[in-house]
Amino acid sequence: MKRSFPLVFAFAVGIIVLLSEFIPHRPFNQIVSTLEGWFMIISGFAILLGQISLIRMNTHKIVNKLPNWQYHLAGLISFALMLAFGLLWGMRETPGIIGHGESISSWLGLKPFDYLFDNAYLPLSATLFSLLAFFIASAAYRAFIIRGFESNLLMITAIIVIIGRTSIGTMLTGWLPESMQFWHFPNLADFIMEFPNTAAQRAILISAGLGIVGSSLRIILGIERSYLGGDK
Amino acid sequence: MRRYLICIFMLISPLLWANSFDAKDSPWDDGKAIDLSWELSPMVENVVISRYDSTTDSWLPIHSDSVASGFFRDQALEPEQEYEYRLQAFFREDSLSLQAGAKTKEQWFYLGKLGFLILLVVVCFAILYYIRAARRGRDFYIRRIAGLDSMEEAIGRATEKGKPILYVPGISDLDDIQTIASLTILSHLAERSAEYNTDIIVPCRFSMVLSAAREVVREAYLKAGKPDAYKAENIFYLTDDQFGFVAGIDGIMLREQPAANFFMGSFYAESLILAETGYSTGAIQTAGTAQAHQLPFFVVTCDYTLIGEELFAASAYLSRDPQQLGSLRGHDFGKLLVILLIIIGVILEIFGISNLKEFIAGAIT
Repeated sequence: MKRSFPLVFAFAVGIIVLLSEFIPHRPFNQIVSTLEGWFMIISGFAILLGQISLIRMNTHKIVNKLPNWQYHLAGLISFALMLAFGLLWGMRETPGIIGHGESISSWLGLKPFDYLFDNAYLPLSATLFSLLAFFIASAAYRAFIIRGFESNLLMITAIIVIIGRTSIGTMLTGWLPESMQFWHFPNLADFIMEFPNTAAQRAILISAGLGIVGSSLRIILGIERSYLGGDK
Repeated sequence: MRRYLICIFMLISPLLWANSFDAKDSPWDDGKAIDLSWELSPMVENVVISRYDSTTDSWLPIHSDSVASGFFRDQALEPEQEYEYRLQAFFREDSLSLQAGAKTKEQWFYLGKLGFLILLVVVCFAILYYIRAARRGRDFYIRRIAGLDSMEEAIGRATEKGKPILYVPGISDLDDIQTIASLTILSHLAERSAEYNTDIIVPCRFSMVLSAAREVVREAYLKAGKPDAYKAENIFYLTDDQFGFVAGIDGIMLREQPAANFFMGSFYAESLILAETGYSTGAIQTAGTAQAHQLPFFVVTCDYTLIGEELFAASAYLSRDPQQLGSLRGHDFGKLLVILLIIIGVILEIFGISNLKEFIAGAIT
């Protein structure tokens, strides 16, 4: 029962969703949005599971003074603070349990939750995202080291695209006559991005699409059961 | 001479032109659109189309144009409802008002998706055929996938070093097929790590993924005959926030120093941050995603990368189940079919025949 019910349910829902893709008539055209609504409701309940897991894991590390327990304490305090501020005074136009907190808002300039969101959360998030620039540089350096034919080709292509997308490209080959405009760096870069790059990406997308069809079919027919935890 | 005079007169007087305005239910759709078309004198300077709103008893402008002959699809309407339209045409000195009405109708088939349906049916039948053939004992050759063969190597290395394995099931929720594919790989990996007595750490971004991952790993340990070795605390929720999640995983990689990192599923801007941090720790890294834009980052920073379809084939490949391997043969048939269609399409386009392209494009639009 524990195995057969999810399998039957997956089969029935899979077939209905598949049919709804081709039948525009009610109720089929409403099924996907209804199921998405159900998913959101179940996700809402599951959030509690996540919070319990978060508190348990961090408390365990703090209580047992495991290595780096201080980080977990900081995580729990941040979680508790945001939760408390949000519950007490709410956020933006939404009031909290004790109202909008006009006095504390006038002192901070914003509600406490919004203040922390704008002045702690957003800068931290942006800082982490900005690291990407440095990671791209280090990854590109490794990728462009000449090791063989393929890496050589990759490096030449990358250099053309990099030069073509900057003003240096326009400056270097701007003197070329009209008949040789294809070899103008910006045009060459556009050609690489528009044709070989798009073709390769589409090939990946088509094969991934076929993989999704096969994977979905295996799940709908109950051949693939690993996602349920086991085969039996 | 008389004819020329009539023509000249009609051009001079646009109101005498056979002006027409037509409204029709958009065919083969979900009954939420009406097609409007008009044919006016070439002298027209501006066209304004309005829809009658019964609640406010007024005409709401929905489209304006300057062409004498045109088409407009009014969308996001209610099915099975009557709609009234008014066209106002403005000429140099005159203006004209025409009205038309139509009722939206829900159809039972999206004709535009016929090409897609045929392709889907053919591919599905091919997959089912090969699954059936595999059940009958037919042996299929499946090409090696280095990224999946390396799993043993990665687990072995983690076992030798006495370090855990880190498995990230992507950053999408359970409604993404890539996350489902990732969980099926996790099942096989957890079973192998249970056999080797190696810890597996699974940080999750969503609670739904957390509960599914816990169930998958628990069952895998049970299957490996080591239910006592299962540690629920190793599969945990971090945060719903994208970069908070990345920061958490980066912290785990730097503190715990896992010997092997697996990034399988749907990844976005954080892919390089994760993989570069993993690279700096010296872990053996395997990634797999169907996000074409993130693949270059993984190819550069990881030892092995599952590209697109390989992510979905992984479970079948790892299970060595003949039925599932048969379905992989079906994928290959689908690829062959697409290649043939592309070649035929290119040849037809060269000869100026666009029927096949339009038929397939209809499925996309």
